[in-house]
Amino acid sequence: MRVWTLLKVYSFLVYTFMFAPIAVVLLLAFNNSQFGGFPIEGFSLRWFVKLYENEAIIRAFRTSMSLGVLTALISTTIGVLASLALVRYQFRGKDFITTFLISPVLVPETVLAVGVLIFLRWLSMPRSFLLLLVGHSIIALPFVVLVVQARLVGIKREYEEAARSLGANPVQTFFQITLPLLMPAVFAGALFAFTISFDNITATIFWRPAGMETVPTQIFGMLRNSISPEINALGFVMIVITVGVPVMAGGLARYFSRKKT
Amino acid sequence: MAESKEFDPRPWYLLAPSMLAIIALVVIPMSFILVYSFYENIDLAIDRVAFQFGNWQELLTDSYYHTAIWKTLRLSIIVTVLAAVLGYIPAYFIAMTKYRHKWLLLLLLILPFWVSFIIRTLSWIHIMGNQGAINGILMWLGLTDTPVSMMFNEFAVIVGFIHVFLPYMILNIYVSLEGIDENLEPAARTLGATPWQAFREVTLPLSLPGLAAGSLLVFVLTGGSYVTPLILGGPGDFLFGNLIYDAVVVELNWPMGATLSFTLLVLLGLVVALYSRLMGMNQLSKAFG
Repeated sequence: MRVWTLLKVYSFLVYTFMFAPIAVVLLLAFNNSQFGGFPIEGFSLRWFVKLYENEAIIRAFRTSMSLGVLTALISTTIGVLASLALVRYQFRGKDFITTFLISPVLVPETVLAVGVLIFLRWLSMPRSFLLLLVGHSIIALPFVVLVVQARLVGIKREYEEAARSLGANPVQTFFQITLPLLMPAVFAGALFAFTISFDNITATIFWRPAGMETVPTQIFGMLRNSISPEINALGFVMIVITVGVPVMAGGLARYFSRKKT
Repeated sequence: MAESKEFDPRPWYLLAPSMLAIIALVVIPMSFILVYSFYENIDLAIDRVAFQFGNWQELLTDSYYHTAIWKTLRLSIIVTVLAAVLGYIPAYFIAMTKYRHKWLLLLLLILPFWVSFIIRTLSWIHIMGNQGAINGILMWLGLTDTPVSMMFNEFAVIVGFIHVFLPYMILNIYVSLEGIDENLEPAARTLGATPWQAFREVTLPLSLPGLAAGSLLVFVLTGGSYVTPLILGGPGDFLFGNLIYDAVVVELNWPMGATLSFTLLVLLGLVVALYSRLMGMNQLSKAFG
């Protein structure tokens, strides 16, 4: 059918629009040229070496990694607890609480960042790594709640009730029945939180203490002059981490679940 | 039934950490923004506790701020409409295709969420910049000797925004198209509708909730940004968020920063409220299911 072919071509073009720029960054990371753009002057790994020798970037990378991991830890922990309450218990005002838990998403990040800073200023507290950590956690929390909640609804209560009737106490039931069943969702939520933190720039620019850079703010600072080829190499590394890790995790999860059955 | 009458504290223990965090980091800071907007700015980073309307008066009378509001509204609408036009067809295609590896198309749709925002944004300099791919091709073809200037203007900002927010739009439309009973369109056809009529009168109206949810997300996300114009725009391409950035980071004028932040919160809040009045908030969380 002719119309269908048109739709196909259109969709293909939109996909191209979404991926061509990313592909270009991946390609230019290996360009031997002095400059960050075209033309391509041959294959080289020297920008990766330069990247590895750039202390500022390595430091920013370390900051981003620890920030991401700790953010994932905090937001997943409190997010899972909140999701359990929402799915497993009946109580008054549930709809309101659900909206309340999602509310950090509804506030524009720029506004959230300024608000937290002003509150901090009133408390006469300086900006710190801790501020970035709690700030990123609150930004990630709604996404963790949404992901975990969606999964939790699908876990039958009967398993938990069976464990209880066999004599397990609520804590035992949670750690031996609910949590193992919930693990994929916990993992997905944690990965999501890590990526949100690792990628955040809007709020981070406001919250970082003087002299501290995360990878995105470091790149942002480097853009002031022109695109150095190191940024392309850094882009390559970041894409491999943020895309590679979840895809690998998904693959591993599938591998292990296949092994069990 | 007797049990439900008693107050059960257990869910509240579970909710407490999240709720306390949101109260401390969202609710209280938002009230502080309002309070601070009445403070008086004296000098760089110095302000005085006061209850005066100087900041609000400046906001209401200075046309610089009105321009920024207008620019933000205009750009958000342009980005939302273009994202809807660009996104609807791929979403329709993915929902309707009988292709065996449909999951791959969906995975590719989610993949950009995992690619760094700043990398995706700056990548457009590689495409449209003076040393970018388009100019490279044009010069190689001999169509032009000097690079054509395409970057650091409003167009580049729009392209950057669409590139980053399009997956939200496609995903939301897809979710609502996927939920439509697939017999409906053939049924309309049997009753004599042309394919276009069947689409326009059956499928399109049923997919409106997804289209609306996607549009809301794109509109609000665009309206609240400031980083994309800094990277891809020229000096004249600023959004309301950039004024906040300037006030807080550059001028260290906290009371004005608070006033502008509260204004942005209210303006975008009105859009969200209007949406939730018309559509309810359920559709928004569906894309995560």
